[in-house]
Amino acid sequence: MSSYKIIDHEYDVVVLGAGGSGLRAAVGLSEAGLKTACVSKVFPTRSHTSAAQGGISAALGNMGEDDWRWHMYDTVKGADWLGDQDSIEYLCKEAPAAVLELEKYGVPFSRTEDGKIYQRPFGGMTKNYGNETVQRTCAAADRTGHAILHTLYGQALKHNTEFFIEYFALDLIMKDGACKGLIAWNLNDGTIHRFRSHITIIATGGYGKVYYSATSAHTCTGDGNAMVLRAGLPLQDMEFVQFHPTGIYGHGTLISEGVRGEGGYLVNSKGERFMERYAPKAKDLASRDVVSRSIAVEINEGRGIGKEQDHVHLHIDHLDPKVIEERLPGISEASKLFANVDVTKEPIPVVPTVHYNMGGIPTNYKAEVLTVNGSEKTVPGLMAIGEAACVSVHGANRLGSNSLIDLVVFGRAAAKRAAELIKPGMKHDEIDKNETDRCLDRFDKLRNSQGSNPTSELRLSMQKTMQSKCAVFRSEKTLKEGVDEIRKPFESMESLSVKDKSLIFNTDLVETLEFDNLIRQAITTMDSAYHRKESRGAHAREDFPKRDDENYMQHTLSWCNGSKTKINYRPVHRSTLTNDVQYFPPQERVY
Amino acid sequence: MVQFNLPSNSKIKKGQYYKDKTGSKNIRKVNVYRWDPSKNENPRIDTYEVDMDNCSSKVLDILNKIKNEIDPSIAYRRSCAHGVCGSCAMNMNGKNGLACTKSHSELDGDIDIYPLPHLKVLKDLIGDLSTLYKQYESVEPWLKTTKINDKENIQTKEDRAKLDGLYECIMCACCSTSCPSYWWNGEKYLGPAVLLQAYRWIIDSRDEDRKERLKKVADELKLYRCHTILNCTNACPKGLNPAKAIAEIKKMLATA
Repeated sequence: MSSYKIIDHEYDVVVLGAGGSGLRAAVGLSEAGLKTACVSKVFPTRSHTSAAQGGISAALGNMGEDDWRWHMYDTVKGADWLGDQDSIEYLCKEAPAAVLELEKYGVPFSRTEDGKIYQRPFGGMTKNYGNETVQRTCAAADRTGHAILHTLYGQALKHNTEFFIEYFALDLIMKDGACKGLIAWNLNDGTIHRFRSHITIIATGGYGKVYYSATSAHTCTGDGNAMVLRAGLPLQDMEFVQFHPTGIYGHGTLISEGVRGEGGYLVNSKGERFMERYAPKAKDLASRDVVSRSIAVEINEGRGIGKEQDHVHLHIDHLDPKVIEERLPGISEASKLFANVDVTKEPIPVVPTVHYNMGGIPTNYKAEVLTVNGSEKTVPGLMAIGEAACVSVHGANRLGSNSLIDLVVFGRAAAKRAAELIKPGMKHDEIDKNETDRCLDRFDKLRNSQGSNPTSELRLSMQKTMQSKCAVFRSEKTLKEGVDEIRKPFESMESLSVKDKSLIFNTDLVETLEFDNLIRQAITTMDSAYHRKESRGAHAREDFPKRDDENYMQHTLSWCNGSKTKINYRPVHRSTLTNDVQYFPPQERVY
Repeated sequence: MVQFNLPSNSKIKKGQYYKDKTGSKNIRKVNVYRWDPSKNENPRIDTYEVDMDNCSSKVLDILNKIKNEIDPSIAYRRSCAHGVCGSCAMNMNGKNGLACTKSHSELDGDIDIYPLPHLKVLKDLIGDLSTLYKQYESVEPWLKTTKINDKENIQTKEDRAKLDGLYECIMCACCSTSCPSYWWNGEKYLGPAVLLQAYRWIIDSRDEDRKERLKKVADELKLYRCHTILNCTNACPKGLNPAKAIAEIKKMLATA
């Protein structure tokens, strides 16, 4: 093996990732006086939180009566009863304070006539336990994620958070089942950095790039999820992949659900507002899995639009151009750039597009990572937050605008919990040299790959398999084929080709490491989907069209070693956190 | 007479030529600036023949195609691919912009792709933005308020509208690196990107530190190196107007 220059660091806490949840955690940790490092492969404001458009949910009641319990009910129902209700209670109850805190930090929220935070309608958000639509989603025009991310970065600067920017994390350092820090590669100068910490918080976001067409950024490769798998720990509910109903046809750029919140609607080739048939009450504002499936059915039954009849239209041309300019300026710009459409005059061509991973690293509501060994256990020293985590508040399907609130509520919860668990300046354990060697072995092997398969080809093959075998609708046949096919790109890594051998900004190697991370998550996703023989939320099985609470009101846990997976289950938490709200027993889910 | 020349190790050499292997009839030549810090070589321009029949519409699609199909060693930053993260700012046919939103059909002739001007190059198209980030930090980009209660600040729609055209900045640095004043005095002049951010907090009705903020930027070098050349406004891929923000700061100082 080549020799690598290793630089050691000691911190109370290391946060991996500098998106919305990582930054919120870092701010809280710094406030608590804990020596905190925030490690990120991109400059913080480049994180994918910046792409969130429509808003952040919280029962503030600025636009009429609202109650966090109604928000909780909507989230439980949106999750198709796969969410843990103790965590959902925590999320919805803490949400209003978290949004007001963001406002105090300086987020430029849009305003109501009386100067309060503006809130818009969003899919699945209702009044009085599923009755009429409520305006709960707090918005900064249609650039809410951007506004929040930049504001949180400012707060982190205010609190003198120590950043390690353009460092690519390689692996966790484990000792006797506990996490002791992580190892990262500094792209700026090619050195290897070993961070020892009492607590490591993973905030690396989703892994949308396992699919060919996704609203996700190039960098959404779920690096933290893969590090957890390599540490011998499971991921949870990986089969639940959200397809956003409205990605721009052909390009995949997100068109916010806020568009339908502001009055936009979908039509098929016959000019029908087809959502009226699938969701008579909520129509275009049904939850995302429902709308995506409806579009897929319209297309499958020949009512799609275009030469290939493979997309539908989203109209907002009936709205007042002033409303569009004030509340939806970003999507007007995106539609012009990527579909060459003037939204005030023409409809936007859209198609369901991979958008969000409900699955991820299992945690409790305090952000502590869980594993199952006989029963549920926390993993000492390890936390996860944001899209990387599976708390699970989103269960089988996330409601729009519940992701941004998830970031800040659980980012804050992680910091709070860390401050309870450790004191500043505690002594660090010795770590085993083997951990570093194992990590650098993999790194060095990938770097010096001399085979014939370029990373880009293997990645494409993985993405095409996921796209065709693990899509909106799934069946035994497609998933069985998928389980076999998805292992091929993994096996082809035996003869991988990496052309660039340098260490400074070697993006050939970065993409290879990212692929190594992605393929493990693709395999667990496919296998988890194959084993869940029911339909629930975003997981729609044609051969098992009904939800099966008797057998599957359980979280899937999947371990992955090489291309071998182990699947197990843990029961969904069927109780609330406090007596402030009653448990919501499973019901039939209609919108 | 004084003669100015590039130092010999900065002179750009002719690099490799990658001929099309697909047999496409619709070829475009793409010239890309390359420099590898680990080799003791001058920067060079590599030329790639790209099959445009199988390439999507943006300059970033060309780069991705080159990286995926021709030469994986080429280095550039990229992330969101739709103009919100600001990673893929670069110079295309002489003009700064985001590769992910710039259509190659708008560029004439061969396509020349360079890093953002006047930055220290780290590798290929990746420039060093650390000075700009430090300058950003120096304007203290956070809300300063003494109100400690659990209620939101009330802000009228009119006051909120003053932030439009400012808060949208994605810090891609297209503006600052197109500014000749910033080229000359980049260490001391804050430059259009950072001054626009400074103004975003100065004009926020919720902020209680306006006077101090103005005082901090009221400096011969930090602010007044802006000579209203307007390259910044011309370069902004988000259609913002940093020159106007700078003018507003100057106006506030003049009338204070």
